[in-house]
Amino acid sequence: MTATCTVCEAQVSLPNDCCEGELLVCGDCGTELEVIALDPITVEEAPQVQEDWGE
Amino acid sequence: MPTLRILFTRLRVEEKLLREAAEKQNIPCELMNVSDVWYGEKPFCGTDDVVLARCVSHNQNEAVAQILESQGIRVVNPSSVMAVCGNKLTTSIALAKAGIGQPKFRTAFSPEAAVEALEELGYPAVCKPVSGSWGRLLAKINDREAAEAVFEHKSMLGAIHNTFYIQEYIEKGDYDVRAFVVSGDPICAITRKSAHWITNTARGGAASNLPLDDEIRSVLRSVHSAIGGEFLAVDLFRKEGEWLVNEVNDGGEFRNSIEPTGTDIPAAVVRAAWERRPSL
Repeated sequence: MTATCTVCEAQVSLPNDCCEGELLVCGDCGTELEVIALDPITVEEAPQVQEDWGE
Repeated sequence: MPTLRILFTRLRVEEKLLREAAEKQNIPCELMNVSDVWYGEKPFCGTDDVVLARCVSHNQNEAVAQILESQGIRVVNPSSVMAVCGNKLTTSIALAKAGIGQPKFRTAFSPEAAVEALEELGYPAVCKPVSGSWGRLLAKINDREAAEAVFEHKSMLGAIHNTFYIQEYIEKGDYDVRAFVVSGDPICAITRKSAHWITNTARGGAASNLPLDDEIRSVLRSVHSAIGGEFLAVDLFRKEGEWLVNEVNDGGEFRNSIEPTGTDIPAAVVRAAWERRPSL
């Protein structure tokens, strides 16, 4: 399975056990992508780190 | 059928490992993005379920935990634990009340008072946001001029940054310790080594196993007694033969600690959460 990077349109491979919410990194442009849906496969740029994110 | 529901807002390696661990233990499990739904009077799930709250946003994690608890749903960790761990000042106060060793800390509510607090505490010292993680916005302050600049800048960053939390700088050598406590029992620990004064593995600190001895186990049990919770990730410094508790995390990340310790941390966390389900 592959998705198309929303920034550079490169093909990005998805792992076999991919699920919604999974994060991918585009190998071409380095953009972090979030899997929004699996059927059909939809990705968008992952949200930027927020001030209260972490452990 | 009772189900373990793992909440997330950003699916990290940890949440996937937790789901895998649940599947290996034949625990019915569902990953749920809290951003997909809204919350009102309708119960989020059955009251015989147990929820493992793993949202990367502290504020959202605590908020959803509070909502679910109000619906009679058991949440791991409880929102009361999140409230303590999510604020470094609150954590320090809880540790101080329990008499647990920690770096000296000072609090101020204006840049001018923060500078004076730092003058009293001595240089260098560390200024941290009371709410924050992954080493963000930490400042090691070496002299008064730097203090004046840092506190002036922080005063412009918004309300939360106008509570100035200042901590004694600990000469910890090249490492600190991250220890994991599940259901009150210390299960493993790593040292995190870095040439940088910030040793967080999220910032490149190298992890290796630290065998637990009776001394550190005792400290970790004291931390759990003071704060509670089913899963805590405790950061410690070693200074002059004494353990000092630096921070306590309620939503600890553990991906870099499994291999060096040989401990199946996600399995232990899932087991602990599942054992908290109300039907038991």
